[in-house]
Amino acid sequence: MNATKVSGRKQPLIYRLPVISHFRSSVGLQRGMLVTGMVLAALFLLVAVFAPWIAPYGFAQLSDAAGPFPTQQPPSPAHIWGTTVGGYDVYSRVLWGAQTAAVVIIVAVAMSIFLGVALGLVSGYFGGWLDRTLVVIADAIYAFPSLLLAIVMSIVISHGQSSFWGGIVACSISISVVFVPQYFRVIRAETIRLKAEPYVESAKVVGASSIRIMGRHIFKNATRTLPLIFTLNASEAILTLAGLGFLGFGIEPTSAAEWGYDLNKAIADASSGIWWTGVYPGTAIVLTVLGLTLVGESINDLNDPRLRGRKKAVAGKGGPDSTAGTQAAPEAEAEVRLP
Amino acid sequence: MGTYILIRFFLIIPTIFILVTLVFFLMRVIGDPITAAQGGRLPPEALAQRIHDAGYDRPILVQYLEYVGQVATGNFGTTITDRRPVVEMIITFGTATLELAINALIVALLVGIPLGLIAAYRRDKAPDAFLRFFAILCYATPVFFAGLLMKLAFSVWLGWLPVAGRASTRTELAMGSLAAPTGIYWLDALRSGNMAAFGDVAAHSVLPALTLGLLTAGVFLRLVRTNVIGTLGKDYVEAGRSRGVSNYRLVTKHAYKPALIPIITVMGLQIALLLGGAVLTESTFEWKGLGYQLVQYLNARDFVAVQGIVVMLAVIVAVTNFIVDVVAALIDPRVRY
Repeated sequence: MNATKVSGRKQPLIYRLPVISHFRSSVGLQRGMLVTGMVLAALFLLVAVFAPWIAPYGFAQLSDAAGPFPTQQPPSPAHIWGTTVGGYDVYSRVLWGAQTAAVVIIVAVAMSIFLGVALGLVSGYFGGWLDRTLVVIADAIYAFPSLLLAIVMSIVISHGQSSFWGGIVACSISISVVFVPQYFRVIRAETIRLKAEPYVESAKVVGASSIRIMGRHIFKNATRTLPLIFTLNASEAILTLAGLGFLGFGIEPTSAAEWGYDLNKAIADASSGIWWTGVYPGTAIVLTVLGLTLVGESINDLNDPRLRGRKKAVAGKGGPDSTAGTQAAPEAEAEVRLP
Repeated sequence: MGTYILIRFFLIIPTIFILVTLVFFLMRVIGDPITAAQGGRLPPEALAQRIHDAGYDRPILVQYLEYVGQVATGNFGTTITDRRPVVEMIITFGTATLELAINALIVALLVGIPLGLIAAYRRDKAPDAFLRFFAILCYATPVFFAGLLMKLAFSVWLGWLPVAGRASTRTELAMGSLAAPTGIYWLDALRSGNMAAFGDVAAHSVLPALTLGLLTAGVFLRLVRTNVIGTLGKDYVEAGRSRGVSNYRLVTKHAYKPALIPIITVMGLQIALLLGGAVLTESTFEWKGLGYQLVQYLNARDFVAVQGIVVMLAVIVAVTNFIVDVVAALIDPRVRY
C-alpha cells in the first residue's frame, strides 16, 4: 500500500499482484474463465490444507471401531464414495490425495523455478560455450517425452517406491527435471533481450558486479512471465505425478494417498463394472488440472493485448479506476463482444 | 535447400548423443544391470561371473564408449530377463505402438482441425467458448482416466466394444501365422482379406485411439483456432472480404492454408506428447506395444531393455522433428537458412 504514497501513478500493491490485476482487467467470458479457475484452485488448496479434518478416515486406514472395512463396497452411508479393492475408503483417499498433490506441486515447481531461473540468468548473461552447451542439453531434454524422463528419474532416485517424504522428493525431482529446461529457455531469452537495455549498460558503467546486475536489474524484469508458467506447470506437475503413480512409480499407498495409484487399481475394477474407485479420484485430477489451467490460460490471454477481450470503448465506461493514470490504460478497454 | 537439409540432419546427432549419454549414466547410478535384475536370485559367485562376462566390472567410461559405439552401429545389446536382442524386441512391439499412434493421429486430425476451424469462424461466440473449454478439458483429463471412463461406458455398460487388448486371441493367432506380416494388424488383416479379423481389430482399436487421439485433438484445436484467427486478420483476407467473398469461404480457402505451416511444426513437437500418452494408453488397455513393454521391463529391473527403448524413442523424436522441419521448409521458403 506504500506504493501509492511514493508515486501517484502507481496503483496500490494489492491491485498489482498477478492474479488480482488480471481479474480487474478481465471482462465477460474471460472473467468467467478466470473466476471458475480460481474457485476450483481455491477449493483444491482448501481441501489440501484441511484434509486431516475433513476426511472421515486416514488415507491408509483399513478398519475402525466397527471392524475392518468391506472391500469394493458401493457408496453407502458409512463410506459415501465406496471402498477400494484393498479396503480403503475412497472419499478419504481422494481428500488426502489433494494434500499429496499440493505438496508435490509446490516442491517440484519451487525446485524447477530456482534451478531454471538461476541457469537461465547465468547462461543468458554470460553467453559463450556454457550457454551453448546448456541450450543443447535443454533442447534435447525438452524434445523428449517428459513422462519417460520422469519415470527414469524416479527409478534412479527411489528405485520406484518409497516413504511419504522420500516419495514426494523423488516425484518432485523427477518432475522438475522436465520443467527446468522450460524455465531455462524463457528466462534465458528474456535475459538476452534485457542485457542490451540501456539501464543494464549504465549499471555496468557505474561498476555494478555481474551478480548484482543479474540479481537486481535483470531478474526482476525477466520474471514477469513466471506466474503464467507457474500455473501451467502446476497442472502439468499433477498430470505427471498421476502418470507416475498410475504406472506404479509413484508413492506407496501406505505412505500417502495418490490419485494416480488409485486409478491404476481402478482400471481392473472397471472391467467388472465397479465405477466408484476410479471416477472419484479421476474427477479430482480433472477438476484440479482444469482449475489451474483456466487460471493460467486467462492470465496468458490477459497479458496479451491481442487476445484480451475488449472492443467498444464506450464513453463513460472508461473503467472505475481511470484516475490511476497510464497503468490503468489497458483496463480502460472494457466490454467484450459476447452474446 | 540441400544445404538446409544437410545441416538440419547433422543437428539430430547431438540431440540423440546427449540423451544416450544422459540415460546411460542415469541408469548406471543405480548399479550394474545384472545385479539390478538378478540380485538376490543368483548366488554371489554366479552373479559376479555374469557381471564379469558381460563386462560390467570394467571402468564406466570404457563401458560408455563401447555402448556409444554399439548404438552407432545399431546394436542395442540383449535384454537380461528374456534374453532377446533389443532391436528385435523394439521392432516387434514398436509396430503395435506405431499402429496406435497412427490411429490416434487420425482421430486427432479429424476432431481437432474441423473443430478448430469452427472455433475460429465463430470467434468469441458461444461455440467458440464451448470448444475452447472442450480443448482444455481434453488436456486436463489424464489419458488413463479418459480410458477408464470409455471402458465403463462403451465396454461395461453398453457392451459395444472389447475391454482391452489389440485383438481377440483368435485374430492374434491368425495374424501371427501370416507369411510376411507388417505387424500392423489392420493392414495385415486387409492384405490377407480376412474381414472378420479386420472387424475385430477395428473394434479393439476404437477406444485406445479415441483416448489417445482426444488428448492431442485438444492441442490441434487450439492451434488451428489461434492460427486461423491470426491469418484472418491479414490484408489479403481483408481484400477478399471487401470483394464480397463469404466468411465461410474465407476461413476454408484463404485463411486455412497459411495457418497450416505452424500446425505442421507443432505436430512434430506433439510426437513427444503422443509417445508419453501412448505409454499410459497402452497400460490402460493392455495394448502390447513399446510403452506397455517398457513398464514390464522397468518392473523387472531390466535396464538394458529400458535403455534400448528409451534411446529408440529419442531417435524417433529426433527424426520426426527433422522430417517436420524439412516439410515446413519445403512449404515455406522463409524457414530455410
